[in-house]
Amino acid sequence: MTLDEIFVLIGGILLIALVVWYFWFSSSEGTRVQSTSGGLQEALIKVKGGYSPNVIVVEAGKPVRLNFLREETAACSEQVIFSDFGKQATLTPHKTISVEFTPDTPGEYEFQCAMGMLRGKLIVE
Amino acid sequence: MAKDVVCGMEVDNDSPYQSTYKDKTFKFCSENCKTKFDENPEKYVAKHQDSPATYQITTNGIENIQLPIVDMQCASCATTIEKELRKLQGIKKAVVNGATQNAYVEYERSEVSVSKIIDSIKKSGYRTGYAKLRLHISGMHCNSCVSQIEEELEGISGILSASVDLGTEAALVKYIPSKVDYPALKNIIERMGYQVTEISRKNDETISDPQNTVGASTDQVDSEPIDENEQARNREYKSLMWKFIFSAVISIPVMIFSYPDFLGLPEQFQRGTDLLYWIWFSMGVVTLPVMFWAGSHFYTGAWAAFKNRSANMHTLIAVGVTAAWLYSTVAVLFPEIFPTEALAEVFYDVTAVVVALVNLGLALEIRAKGRSSEAIKKLMGLQAKTARVVRDGKEQDIPVEEVVLDDIIVVRPGDKIPVDGEIVEGSSAIDESMITGESIPVEKYAGDEVIGATINKTGSFKFKATKVGKDTALSQIVQMVEEAQSSKPPIQRVVDKVSGYFVPAVIILAIASFVVWYLVGPAPALIYALVVAVTVLIIACPCALGLATPISLMVGVGKGAENGILIRSGEALETAQKLDAIVLDKTGTITEGKPSLTDIITVNDFTEDQVLSWSASVERASEHPLGEAIIRGAEDRSITLSDPKNFNAIPGHGVEAEVDGRKVLLGNIKMMRDNGIDTGSLLDKSTKLADEGKTPMFVAIDGKAAGIVAVADTVKADSKEAIAQLKKMGLEVVMITGDNQRTANAIAKQVGVDRVLAEVLPEDKALNVQKLQNEGKRVAMVGDGINDAPALAQADIGLAIGTGTDVAIEASDITLIKGSLKGVVLAIQLSKATMRNIKQNLFGAFAYNTAGLPVAAGLLYPFFGILLSPLIAAAAMAFSSVTVVTNANRLRKFQPKYSKANK
Repeated sequence: MTLDEIFVLIGGILLIALVVWYFWFSSSEGTRVQSTSGGLQEALIKVKGGYSPNVIVVEAGKPVRLNFLREETAACSEQVIFSDFGKQATLTPHKTISVEFTPDTPGEYEFQCAMGMLRGKLIVE
Repeated sequence: MAKDVVCGMEVDNDSPYQSTYKDKTFKFCSENCKTKFDENPEKYVAKHQDSPATYQITTNGIENIQLPIVDMQCASCATTIEKELRKLQGIKKAVVNGATQNAYVEYERSEVSVSKIIDSIKKSGYRTGYAKLRLHISGMHCNSCVSQIEEELEGISGILSASVDLGTEAALVKYIPSKVDYPALKNIIERMGYQVTEISRKNDETISDPQNTVGASTDQVDSEPIDENEQARNREYKSLMWKFIFSAVISIPVMIFSYPDFLGLPEQFQRGTDLLYWIWFSMGVVTLPVMFWAGSHFYTGAWAAFKNRSANMHTLIAVGVTAAWLYSTVAVLFPEIFPTEALAEVFYDVTAVVVALVNLGLALEIRAKGRSSEAIKKLMGLQAKTARVVRDGKEQDIPVEEVVLDDIIVVRPGDKIPVDGEIVEGSSAIDESMITGESIPVEKYAGDEVIGATINKTGSFKFKATKVGKDTALSQIVQMVEEAQSSKPPIQRVVDKVSGYFVPAVIILAIASFVVWYLVGPAPALIYALVVAVTVLIIACPCALGLATPISLMVGVGKGAENGILIRSGEALETAQKLDAIVLDKTGTITEGKPSLTDIITVNDFTEDQVLSWSASVERASEHPLGEAIIRGAEDRSITLSDPKNFNAIPGHGVEAEVDGRKVLLGNIKMMRDNGIDTGSLLDKSTKLADEGKTPMFVAIDGKAAGIVAVADTVKADSKEAIAQLKKMGLEVVMITGDNQRTANAIAKQVGVDRVLAEVLPEDKALNVQKLQNEGKRVAMVGDGINDAPALAQADIGLAIGTGTDVAIEASDITLIKGSLKGVVLAIQLSKATMRNIKQNLFGAFAYNTAGLPVAAGLLYPFFGILLSPLIAAAAMAFSSVTVVTNANRLRKFQPKYSKANK
């Protein structure tokens, strides 16, 4: 094995390890939603190639209002679906569209675009 | 006593201060008031007589108000608002309906104001909706006119605020559409002596900028609502197409000069020439805008995903395209760093062609997806725009949003019925196909229910609005369809797990392929390694995978809605196609649910008409449902009935009365025996009728047996056919009823049901369903959704049938708007077709990826020497998702096999 081959091999393995770690084993911090005096938990989520923030932490039993602001026209992100809550919204570009529901049971709920390309997580505590 | 219209005091009828205006005498308390009146009688008359708003004030000063609430989407929000409202003084009743997003408040006018109510809703975290109206008022000359108009308007219930601007001669009125309308406003202002010339209206949700409403147009009531999402989609399609065209145009020369030897270009363009070097250099430059303009969305998408520690299709394309470009650019600029000249190869064509093809694929996908959601768009488009209501004794056209409960609405032939309601006058044939899927128009008379968005065919009628706004069947259907389309059938959960790992896995595969090809691949190893890695990245299509289920579900659920079948969730759809048994409730499901006259038997020379006429006449005094059936039977034969005298009901026996001077007995055999009547041959006949599931009643006239009238709950016309169809599908059909075994068997025999569960108490229906489930069967229950709710909930699938406008039945998984059992057949067929489509899509997407990825990685190369070009990979990838959408769209052509056979 020549030097460059060893280089490529080790580089490849390291790169794969990096991909595995970055996408599967590191987790991003969730954003905790502040609740208003009325008990409503409201958060703004920007949609552009993904949801930011994409992990949202809320409290169980209190109404949640998630305001989606889609800052792109790419059709992929047109819809946001909360299948566990039976909610969906068509996001009009550059407009704030709200999705409201009350999560009663603590747990982790995924939300995503119509094709499941963009994903986010709602953690109910 | 009379009332002084100027100051409001009570005055004696013989008051000395009187004035006559428009043939009417007005009385005043003083000279002062009289003078005021004489100066401008119009003003006071207007105030006095006019009742422009449609609000209701009851005698004790309690008022009702209906306030739309914006952005309320959960049931608990409703309770939050209610609680907040009830804290206020003077609130008699506060009900917030989460489904209609309306607050219904009853309040004491003297204690609390509308604005306080609105403030309180705001306090609970919600906003109230109101409409804004911009009126152009001419004829105003001074500031006092301004305050006068403002005061006048603000004094009217339903107007939240009015601000008049003298400079622009405009008034901005915020009002609640259910309480005041434009004609009323116009009326008020005109009666004050000003002209209302122009108007622009906006049904705005919130307090947001009043500037929005500036720019008035003449008497235009709400222009066509523009679908912003549709527009955005069109714009995106166009932009993608332009990007495709741009990158395609660049692709052509780039491709030609990438393969000079292969295409046999003239000598001067061959490798190693200066000219080709410069061509390659410029190719590197022109592909830059391809990447960063035409392909910009790949980069932004990839970056955004990367930040969120996830990866998607954009990531794959962006990495692949960039790798190809960077390698080529290094090869052009620093060819000397490569050990051999052959490695200094360019792949600008990959960059340009991949961007072009993927853009084209995305554009086509948008087009195809637009068609997939057609069903729901069609549903939303059904809503009537205006309604012709009778208010203050006058017919007027108003926007449908302003129709309130109990409005009387006039419908002429050809009109679209604006909201749900009940006919109060007239009759007509109504085409309900858009809601129920039933193509034959339905005859409707006074007392019958009409559904909004259906079309009146022949007659004119008036109806009372019973459901408006978001309560209407149509709105609920739209909401239910949307909900179902956003749900996930269980099959999708597997896909979700896979797709979460898919993209990173592809990246890993690409890296691994690169390493393997570099180590053991043929020379030039670096080129092969690069091409293979890029091909792997490009060919993977996570979109097809993610799209497979939702797109079919969307088309399938939409198709159901078109046929009057509301499938509530993906789970219901998936279960509905793998059922073993179906339990049908007898009354109202297999049968009409109300008795009707079936047989008349006569003896002793009485005629059928005589027997029917007398028994029906007797029943006029009774209120028994069986009696009603006899009366209806007589009316259908146009028999005139008389009034019974000395009516007497004997519980458990029957009824007796005198009709036309004759003594008529109508009842069971016991009654006949007690009265010493010889029933003779009638007894056998009655037993036979009872065996057929009918209820026979003996008739005796003046102590002599006259015959039998029999009534029965008749079987719906198409029940038998539908049941046969269900059996053909391999389902075990079971009938469940509270009736006695004999009646139940008779009906079961008529319609061809083999298994009968009779004499089941309503509360035991669920238990019986469970028993069937314990036999290891997946059971569907079909019932009316009201009495059968527990059984519907117990069953694997509950189907509520014939619900009319009550579409949102909690216990049901599938709601059939039409009363026919055919809908059940259709629902199962549609579920099967949809699930088949989903499976095809998933199979296609999985097969594509599992076959495409190894081939792209070069698995076939050692054996057959086959290696994919990244260009082919790009084409395959772009069209795989289009194929999925196109396949789903095939479902739109789904034709119920059933109705075809019947047409």
